[in-house]
Amino acid sequence: MRRERVLNAALLLGLLAIPLWAWIVDEPFTITLVTRAVILAIAGIGLNVALGLGGLVSLGHAAFFGLGGYAMGILAYHAQTYTPLIEMPLLIEGTKSMPVIWLVAIAVSALAALAIGALSLRTTGVYFIMITLAFGQMFYYFAISWPAYGGEDGLSIYVRNGVAGLNTMDPLTFFAICYALLLLVLFIVSRLAASPFGLMLGAARQNPARVEAVGQAPYRLYLTAFVISGAITGLAGALFADLNRFVSPVMLSWQTSGEIMVFVILGGVGRVFGPVAGAALFIALEHWLGGLSDYWHIYLGAILLGVVLFARGGIYGLIAGREVAHD
Amino acid sequence: MSLLTLSHISAFYGPSQALFDVDLALDEGEVLALLGRNGMGKSTTIKVICRLLRHRGGTVIFDGQDMARLPSYRAARAGIGLVPEGRRCFTNLTVEENLIAAARPGEWDFARVAGLFPRLHERRSQSAGSLSGGEQQMLAIGRALMTNPRLLILDEATEGLAPVVRQEIWAAIARLKSETGMALIVVDKSLGELGRIADRAVVLEKGVSVWTGAFAALSPALTDRYLGV
Repeated sequence: MRRERVLNAALLLGLLAIPLWAWIVDEPFTITLVTRAVILAIAGIGLNVALGLGGLVSLGHAAFFGLGGYAMGILAYHAQTYTPLIEMPLLIEGTKSMPVIWLVAIAVSALAALAIGALSLRTTGVYFIMITLAFGQMFYYFAISWPAYGGEDGLSIYVRNGVAGLNTMDPLTFFAICYALLLLVLFIVSRLAASPFGLMLGAARQNPARVEAVGQAPYRLYLTAFVISGAITGLAGALFADLNRFVSPVMLSWQTSGEIMVFVILGGVGRVFGPVAGAALFIALEHWLGGLSDYWHIYLGAILLGVVLFARGGIYGLIAGREVAHD
Repeated sequence: MSLLTLSHISAFYGPSQALFDVDLALDEGEVLALLGRNGMGKSTTIKVICRLLRHRGGTVIFDGQDMARLPSYRAARAGIGLVPEGRRCFTNLTVEENLIAAARPGEWDFARVAGLFPRLHERRSQSAGSLSGGEQQMLAIGRALMTNPRLLILDEATEGLAPVVRQEIWAAIARLKSETGMALIVVDKSLGELGRIADRAVVLEKGVSVWTGAFAALSPALTDRYLGV
């Protein structure tokens, strides 16, 4: 437990120190790289609520990531073109306000997760994986065939959205916003994992029938976790789209779902800080190995294979040891 | 009015009928011993009460409510606590987490359960999977109590435990009866221990409730005939 706390602190300090160092030596690309890792870590933490705490292997989380992205893209597009989003029955305009966009992204993703989860959670095992994958692909093909918002080409936003009068085009400022949100999400999910709800969710993963015998409905626990998971992933999607000032159907693709799952597995399934380590390692590998070869995914595959075979608790399991309980 | 009434219950596992016309009634604060040899329908009756198995015929009334359509989690919320055979604690949680996770509003909280089983307090941070069999049984009882039940069902709660631990469990059950007035259904092979706490008994034979009465009225002839002891 102590080693895990040290690792958590080292990870958070490292993610803070690298951009500060990059700012001092004027390396804005490195700041953007770490910002990307921070945003993907939030997406991984979102998936980990469903996968790690609830044992729900979802291959459709790109749907929530992409919905968050499109929430940002569509609202900002209408704001920058001065066209209303909806005119009838009431006038709704676009916005360049990040907090409003975050709330919309969270709400839209949560609603989608509620609808997808309500249907998908009637199945288990491989059927659950396939149905979540199918929902994800439905959103992907819908985005491709929706010309109003760029279709396959995606949607560009000229200027990053704003918050509290800050210059969000400054890489360090945008990093600070994302880092603060990462800390907030980590705090919320840590509290959630230790709450009676989180404990019962972990218990349901082990023995759903026994959970029913103490008065809890596993379906409701799973659905609540799935909605929270989708909402967090949607927030990450909005930030990711703002980072790139671009949203496209790629954010909704099953490869994106797979990548988010890789962060969780690399870092340690069920460990709250696991996806942070996983996303940081993924971005580091992508940067370094990508510089060596275009086929860097082969090396990533080998590393993932090693983690699955020899370090089943991921980076956290390897360094901090497997958890006594919660394993 | 009875707290729990089972009338003419029939239940099946697939095509095989396990219960035939079972009747059972339990008042508030009463301790009922559910007796019978292995395979006679005791655990099936418990499953029907807890809604882990749907009955096909008859009625189950708990606290005036027909339980026929309720899922098992609603039965637990209505006030039926189960200590299952084989304990089945959540081994991926600590002792304290097992108890906190199951907590529902009421008189029973961690401190009160720890008062009943001080060992659980000593082991509060330990993984439930690392406890001894007796400690896991205490945890299973504690977890059921944390749901603040009006009826607690103990299915073979002392089976396979060391004599010293069995005495601790029986002492705790006796305290539950004397201090809380909670209704109890106890399934156990130890007639001597049951005799100290049980008010009434129901004997099952091949899925049929063949005898009901005061526990003290159980004659040697009856126990020989239906319990094989």
